[in-house]
Amino acid sequence: MTALTGLTLAQGRDLLKSGDASATEMAQAHVAAVEAARGLNAFITETPERAIADAEASDARRAKGDALGPLDGLPLAIKDLFCTEGVMTTAASHILEGFVPQYESTVTARLRAAGTVMLGKTNLDEFAMGSSNETSYFGAVENPWRRTGDNRPLVPGGSSGGSATAVSAGLCLGATGTDTGGSIRQPAAFCGIVGMKPTYGRCSRWGIVAFASSLDQAGPMTRTVRDAAILLGGMAGFDPKDSTSADIAVPDFEAALAGGVKGLRIGIPAEYAVDGMSAEIAALWEHGKAMMRDAGAELVDINLPHTKYALPAYYIIAPAEASSNLARYDGVRFGLRVDGDDLTAQYEKTRATGFGAEVRRRILIGTYALSAGYYDAYYLKAQKIRALIARDFTEAYGKCDVILTPTTPGPAFAHGEKSDDPIAMYLNDVLTVPASLAGLPAISLPAGLSDDGLPLGLHLIGRAFDEETLFRAAQALEDAAGFDARPQRFQA
Amino acid sequence: MAVDRQTVTRISRLARIEVAETDLDTLAAELSNIIGWVEQLDEVDTDGIAPMASVANMKLRWRDDVVTDGGIADKVTANAPDPQDGMFTVPKVVE
Repeated sequence: MTALTGLTLAQGRDLLKSGDASATEMAQAHVAAVEAARGLNAFITETPERAIADAEASDARRAKGDALGPLDGLPLAIKDLFCTEGVMTTAASHILEGFVPQYESTVTARLRAAGTVMLGKTNLDEFAMGSSNETSYFGAVENPWRRTGDNRPLVPGGSSGGSATAVSAGLCLGATGTDTGGSIRQPAAFCGIVGMKPTYGRCSRWGIVAFASSLDQAGPMTRTVRDAAILLGGMAGFDPKDSTSADIAVPDFEAALAGGVKGLRIGIPAEYAVDGMSAEIAALWEHGKAMMRDAGAELVDINLPHTKYALPAYYIIAPAEASSNLARYDGVRFGLRVDGDDLTAQYEKTRATGFGAEVRRRILIGTYALSAGYYDAYYLKAQKIRALIARDFTEAYGKCDVILTPTTPGPAFAHGEKSDDPIAMYLNDVLTVPASLAGLPAISLPAGLSDDGLPLGLHLIGRAFDEETLFRAAQALEDAAGFDARPQRFQA
Repeated sequence: MAVDRQTVTRISRLARIEVAETDLDTLAAELSNIIGWVEQLDEVDTDGIAPMASVANMKLRWRDDVVTDGGIADKVTANAPDPQDGMFTVPKVVE
């Protein structure tokens, strides 16, 4: 059965189409793989019965000649931030433990309608707040990769760490993630897979547990760029239930891959050479530039002058929105309730018990930034910086078509290595946050190994709603990089 | 600006999160550290810049003011900690 795991979505699709494998066989192989890899803690909830039932339904459709499309019968893992009807959805928080949604998020509803098979709900940082998956109430996730000659377990990155681990370890053919400041791209880089955040508004946010509504965006996590294009095609599309959903036609992303990069202008932002960028990351970036040049693209020096202010602005805006969004967890309508002497005490005890330390910290920061006397100094100031960051990108795209940077300042680190210092942890997102603030599509793909044998990601940022050019550039970079390393424990 | 114990008490009250007396100093130090780091934003001249609340450059859509959903009290209260007769419950608020 090994042959049915570790495939790309495109390979899986072709096997099902040719009849060389059934969706049920593929689901069984993955259910077994998920069970065998429980030590990684990638899943909060496994749904094996649902997976087999989905797969049998897919096989029955195919037998009648009614296959639904490219994704029909392919086994996926779903980040436990997407509400799934009848299947517990926790956001990795104690406060939502046991919550069983009575409705389905738009993105997962689309994937269901496309015939995909759900293997389970993946682990994440609590409410998607973290860069290491260590803030989950359901325990840390283990990265399938280890450093050469060092057996200490490493973090998968976050917040979509369970999805990244599941894809990397061959527990699913693809997974959904969400990205607020880097939560798809950073774990993808740490686990040696492809992670893509589409343009804000491309995927509906309806039914995704909200963190920071002006930033949250769902996207695909896969083994290849082609797979990301295929999976995004199944996730994206206008949804009247999300007021910020873009009423724009979804192009055929996979068809865009073949374009090549001849004549494409690749912007290299001087400001991304941030303080403390390690020699190996700088070398990876140089390698990326050389690969693009050799593929026929033109490198253009650009400036994004406000880059260094993106992260501190983000750490006002995102917590401010979180403090407002998370006000709904009051112990009255759903989730945990801890009794108190009166209603206020009930709220205060419920929220103190139900939220973990990082979530409490961010709610307090957000409350502070929005409180009387501080609103102008922090929140309004951060929103103005955000406008400047978006303007920087608009000006840069007068000179280039796609921007190339590294994804992270370094490779995956060990559990506990950065969890004592919030700011050191926040710095993981220094290269991914600017595109989030500007709402731009961006993709991370594995492009090399660190000195100690860990995957490193390159990051491409595109123009708003121009995922096609972004995918085209990513495909060229993936072809040139030829990354085929696999985590030692999961070599086929 | 440093965040002191009194400020932590005030904002934790606003956020409806109980903070133990013994945690006030630690939290004050952590929040001061983060806020201090954020204050580098003051280096940027933002005079005349309009604050950006959303990148979705669009007007909110209108729809007809009609009922599109409803009659699902059982679903709405399905996850409530202590639902009674299709209603949520809270401790007694009015004497």
